[in-house]
Amino acid sequence: MEQVLLGLAALVLSGLAALVLQRAAKLAALVATGGAVLGSAIALVPVLRALTGGEAPSLHAAWSVPYGSLSLELDALSALFAGIVLVLSPLAWIQGVGRLVALEGKRSLGPPLFFQNLLAASMVLVVIARNGVLFLLAWEVMFTASFFLVTFHDDDESVRDAGWTYLVATHLGTAFLFGLFVLLGAGSQSFDFDRLAAAPHTPVATGLAFVFALVGFGTKAGFVPLHSWLPGAYPAAPHHVTAVLSGAMSKMGIYGIARFLTLLGPPPAWWGWVLVGVGLTSGLFGIISALAQKDLKRFLGFSSIENVGVVALGLGVGVIGQATGHPVVAVMGHGGALLHVINHAMMKGLLFLSAGSIADATGTREMEKQGGLLKRMPRTGSAFLVGAVAISALPPLNGFASELLIYLGAAREATLGSTSTAVHGLAVIGALALMGGLAAAAFTRVSGAILLGEPRTDAVGRASEPSLLAGAPIFVLAAACLALGLGAQVVLEAIAPALSLVRASLGFATGPLAYVVVASCALLLLVALLATLRLALLSGRRVEAAGTWDCGYVRPTARIQYTASSFAQPLVELFSGALRTRRSTVLPAGIFPKEASHATETPDALTEEVYRPVFTAIRSALVRLHGLQGGRLQVYVLYIALTLLFLLIFQL
Amino acid sequence: MSPATLIPPILALVLAPFLLAIVNRTKAAFAGRRGQPWLQQYYDLAKLLRKGAVYSRTTTWVFRAGPIVSLAAVLVATAIVPLGGARAPLSFEGDIVLLAYLLGVVRFFTVLAALDTGSPFEGMGASREVQFSALAEPALLLGLAALARLTGKLSLSEIVATISGDPRATWFAEGPALVFVVVALAIVFLAENARIPVDDPNTHLELTMIHEVMVLDHGGVDLAFIEYGAALKLWVLGSIVVGLVLPVRTGAVLVDALVTVLGLGALAVATGAVESSMARLRLLRVPQLLVGAGAFSALALIFILMPR
Repeated sequence: MEQVLLGLAALVLSGLAALVLQRAAKLAALVATGGAVLGSAIALVPVLRALTGGEAPSLHAAWSVPYGSLSLELDALSALFAGIVLVLSPLAWIQGVGRLVALEGKRSLGPPLFFQNLLAASMVLVVIARNGVLFLLAWEVMFTASFFLVTFHDDDESVRDAGWTYLVATHLGTAFLFGLFVLLGAGSQSFDFDRLAAAPHTPVATGLAFVFALVGFGTKAGFVPLHSWLPGAYPAAPHHVTAVLSGAMSKMGIYGIARFLTLLGPPPAWWGWVLVGVGLTSGLFGIISALAQKDLKRFLGFSSIENVGVVALGLGVGVIGQATGHPVVAVMGHGGALLHVINHAMMKGLLFLSAGSIADATGTREMEKQGGLLKRMPRTGSAFLVGAVAISALPPLNGFASELLIYLGAAREATLGSTSTAVHGLAVIGALALMGGLAAAAFTRVSGAILLGEPRTDAVGRASEPSLLAGAPIFVLAAACLALGLGAQVVLEAIAPALSLVRASLGFATGPLAYVVVASCALLLLVALLATLRLALLSGRRVEAAGTWDCGYVRPTARIQYTASSFAQPLVELFSGALRTRRSTVLPAGIFPKEASHATETPDALTEEVYRPVFTAIRSALVRLHGLQGGRLQVYVLYIALTLLFLLIFQL
Repeated sequence: MSPATLIPPILALVLAPFLLAIVNRTKAAFAGRRGQPWLQQYYDLAKLLRKGAVYSRTTTWVFRAGPIVSLAAVLVATAIVPLGGARAPLSFEGDIVLLAYLLGVVRFFTVLAALDTGSPFEGMGASREVQFSALAEPALLLGLAALARLTGKLSLSEIVATISGDPRATWFAEGPALVFVVVALAIVFLAENARIPVDDPNTHLELTMIHEVMVLDHGGVDLAFIEYGAALKLWVLGSIVVGLVLPVRTGAVLVDALVTVLGLGALAVATGAVESSMARLRLLRVPQLLVGAGAFSALALIFILMPR
């Protein structure tokens, strides 16, 4: 445990040093990033030991804060999430160095460097905290650090808006977490996790606690309908920060739910239904909305919503397995969910980082303006393709292994269970199948639009590869996607302690994965063989270059290519009921039409339909209270004094 | 893995192109023509494999990798599919999911290779392909899930062996449900293999095609890989359908396999008959057909889950 704390101290102190050194931007970046790499490496050693079944180190100390105690523990579940943070964040910060240093002179770089390291440290603290007050403190520090990173480009109005939405949404979510701890801690007068778990609770209280946890943590994870901050905040943050927000920070929400599932005792079946309902809505809404997006990072943000949906489906299957006494189903559901957490962190990190390089090189995140980048940025583009294949859950990469486990758990429910359990499993299978097909559509669309074909603008045509430093983290993550795919069985066995379930059932889950590895290796081998065959056949023959077949059209331009919007149009039309696509069209008119145009934009449907009207109403109702907020410090001090006086009288 | 399990993939590798010949001869017979020679597909493949190549300047390695990865994925899929009572060499719990996602790999790389050309025609075909396959996916997996529920097995070889091994407990007892599954899978079979009523392999207008337009720019060895892969895909999905409707089990693996091969021939004749007797659906109608297939799968599940 001391080693973990040492690592965290290295993170925070190097961040502070960067704050002090910010006049010398390069030095500050070197210190902060070096500290992040060093601190993460130090902390990663005990984390990996704890993850693979070693002793769970812990630390308990008194703390002067009421109800607070310095209780820390690094069990396998904590280690799994801490590991994700400690692997992904240094890679992302390394990639970001160049991007930040390029802003030298325009912005002070101390704060982002400091908040980056603080964000990583606070996320680790979140997963090792074992006291409610400490946990909420870490949770708030995590939010604060991420908030200042999201609003880094605060000269842009849309970024300020996104930051504001993020602030409000997060605190509404955190309010539920306060409720959660008060609800569970009320009886035992303590917020220590082990006391929360040990205290007796009525089924109603436990059920309410589950709902509070789902809402509070679900806001951070980005479950629909609590996701409205996400499509704005992800694109607003600097590119490498978004990779961590999606890859690691949204997983803190999943961690919270998984942690409270272990604390709240044996779950009733309805939790499984709720989780599957949430997963189904998030998954389908996320991927359908993603299909309609044109901003690369917004698209990836919606895809993150889909993937936390997949995780929720897995947790739902696992909970039903626990509730109905099928440990095999429980292992497959929870195992698939946790494996997907790891996989998604790696592949979404990869996608956001390579998308960041692409956006830097082309100066735009708009996919309709890109194209042909695989020729201009072959390394980054190929890495992006690896991520696209992985996230579409295609073998032999890692996304398939975790989704297969969830499928297997659901299929077991469908074949073995009672009618209601079977329906539960079948809903998961149907949803995963549709999401899989749509994800493939979404990722072929985006890969095609940005990487393939011809560049649609001159700026994109001049794009080139980023520096080796910015490129290296991307390759590490791409390699991780392949390794996690071929090593899925090993990884699942390694993280098994985090499942805290019957170990004996593990074989049912690892057995099929072993076969998948065989099939994946066969696939790779066949690809190599066929590629060799093709080369052998073509050697010595005429291989010519020509133009693409244009059907006899004499003047093809890059603008006749199918765009991302036209590619997705049939599907967007099919699901128009769930989207709020705005169209503005100028039709050609007259005998000699001069101009014609067509533009579409798809904002988040729920924000448009629900949150905006509700918050507008609240705003107009509360505007009368503006008088209280004069902006004079003395008045505010008076308010505090009055509140304290009131509380004192109330106490008497 | 016993040597007998190698019979289904070997038969598939050798005979798959022949299915296309049967489809074409059937269509010729309907049209009053003599049709192409029985071995025409093999001649075509041999000729394509002897050719050089022409690549568009727009394309990258993705265009060259597309046919290779697609064929490799279909080949692995071939190892999962049994022929009636003859088990497949690769059989494990959940292989049905792997099968569906291997077909997903085929599609993903075909679509990417199409988009790599920058051709608007191929983009259009790719767009249609991903739309239709996204809708066919739930129909396929829910149909297979229905079979899993019916048999209590999660591997395709086991499922087909159970259904063909004990028709009394399956077809007699659960006839209606099985009919629905077969209809759903037959629609998926036609859609995934780019046959009428979803797609027309014979049209010569790029604007109306789906699968064929995506491979417009491929030639020579690449096209041979694609054509052979398409034939194998026809065989793979066809043998699932036939394995269900032909519950014949003699005990001799080779006989079981050959009976299923004859069944596949009959399926090819039926495909040719469908293709000769109806027109391709309007593109806007195709999603309805595919959602209908999903509904058939769901209906089958309701029949199976209904308490009796």
